[in-house]
Amino acid sequence: MYGKGLKPLSIAAVAMLALSLSLVFFYAPLDGDQGFIQKIFYVHVPLAITALIGFVAGGVFAILHLRSNDRKWDAYSYVAIHISVIFGVAVLITGAIWAKASWGHWWVWDEPTLVSFLIVFLLYATYYPFRYAIEDRDRQARYASVFAVTAGAFVPLNFMAVRMAESLVHPRTFATAEGGMPGEMMLTFLCSLVAMGLLWTTLVKFELTAKSASGQVKRLRRALDAPVAGGSSRIAPEVS
Amino acid sequence: MTPSRTAFAAILGKDLRSELRTLQSLPAMALFAVTTFVIFRFGLDRTSLSGSLASGVLWATLLFAAVLGINRLFVSEREEGGFDAIRLAPIDRTVLFAAKASALVVYLAALELVTVPIFAIFFLEDAAGLGPLVAVLLLTDLGLAATGTLISSMAVNSRARDLLVPLVLLPLSIPLMIAATGATEPLLSLGGPSYDRFGTWLMVLGLYDLIFGLVGYAVFDFLLED
Repeated sequence: MYGKGLKPLSIAAVAMLALSLSLVFFYAPLDGDQGFIQKIFYVHVPLAITALIGFVAGGVFAILHLRSNDRKWDAYSYVAIHISVIFGVAVLITGAIWAKASWGHWWVWDEPTLVSFLIVFLLYATYYPFRYAIEDRDRQARYASVFAVTAGAFVPLNFMAVRMAESLVHPRTFATAEGGMPGEMMLTFLCSLVAMGLLWTTLVKFELTAKSASGQVKRLRRALDAPVAGGSSRIAPEVS
Repeated sequence: MTPSRTAFAAILGKDLRSELRTLQSLPAMALFAVTTFVIFRFGLDRTSLSGSLASGVLWATLLFAAVLGINRLFVSEREEGGFDAIRLAPIDRTVLFAAKASALVVYLAALELVTVPIFAIFFLEDAAGLGPLVAVLLLTDLGLAATGTLISSMAVNSRARDLLVPLVLLPLSIPLMIAATGATEPLLSLGGPSYDRFGTWLMVLGLYDLIFGLVGYAVFDFLLED
């Protein structure tokens, strides 16, 4: 059931990624001060925006789970957060590469968006040990949803607080990048953003399909009294 | 149906009386904080602190001491069947959240009443910044209480209770710490207190308290479902 539409979606995602990468390398103009290094912005920022929207989506699914008590929303929330955390790792790595190339250091505390993102990432990384620590599956799902809602409320507050902590004297990279971006750069950026969004959706759908398939196999095995292979995860929600 | 006010007063009273009689959390929190001050004295190799160092030492210590108290907040409820009693009683369940959070605010205030003067005696040149510091302490306590109560109520039903609270609570309290230290640093600066962006930081603290108070109020009911 989840697999329906997965193939066209994957093809669309790959096509969009290919298009945006070609735009990045052949169409977008070179940045005035940073030169070629700036092009990593077209990967780093869409990844970050998609990851953050993914975290908020995890929170929304969690609210739906709490209100309806339908476990499928818990599975959606879990998978959304899972893929967003993976995207988060990519954001931090690409951010570090950009920082090293631009400023000579692998990590800089000056960039408020990067620091806020690190804090959000650290918070969502605790989602897993948190789920693991609660044994009763029903309660685990409920508490995980509460966590996802709280964390979702935390994201905007955190970005605001970290931004305020920065001295107003420090230059903000995104102020120069986003404000007054020439048309070609904006087009490339938007293409990349759509591509990352499609990639995220494809990966989420893929994981849900995989979980659904293995859930069905387990059920069939149990019905046939056949041995149920592989250790079942204590935290991954079962998808019917 | 028992009015919420009565239930709130009853639960809060029970908690405070229990703490007063057994004194299981407060002395430990205070001792921990004072010992940590001594460790910082040696760790930083300084006998006097001001500005950002003073603010950092004070807030880091208070945060970790608070975590000790938060760990123990729901333990008695779990062990003595308090959760079942709340589920059975004809009251609005969010009263438990409000009462526990208020109890935690009282514990934190008591902790600060003891440790902040000791901090001043150990490290500060003059105590002029301590007056306005009370506002910062109060607002931060409210924020810590809201998030701490929420996380504690979830952690108490898990296996790794003492691990879970620091793990999840610390990232969540980072905006609180940013605002609290931001407000405290100019208060404790060498030349006397300054109020650089003081109002803004207090507003950030207030916003955090409001948001997480509301979130806690909204989701707490789901936590008590069986």
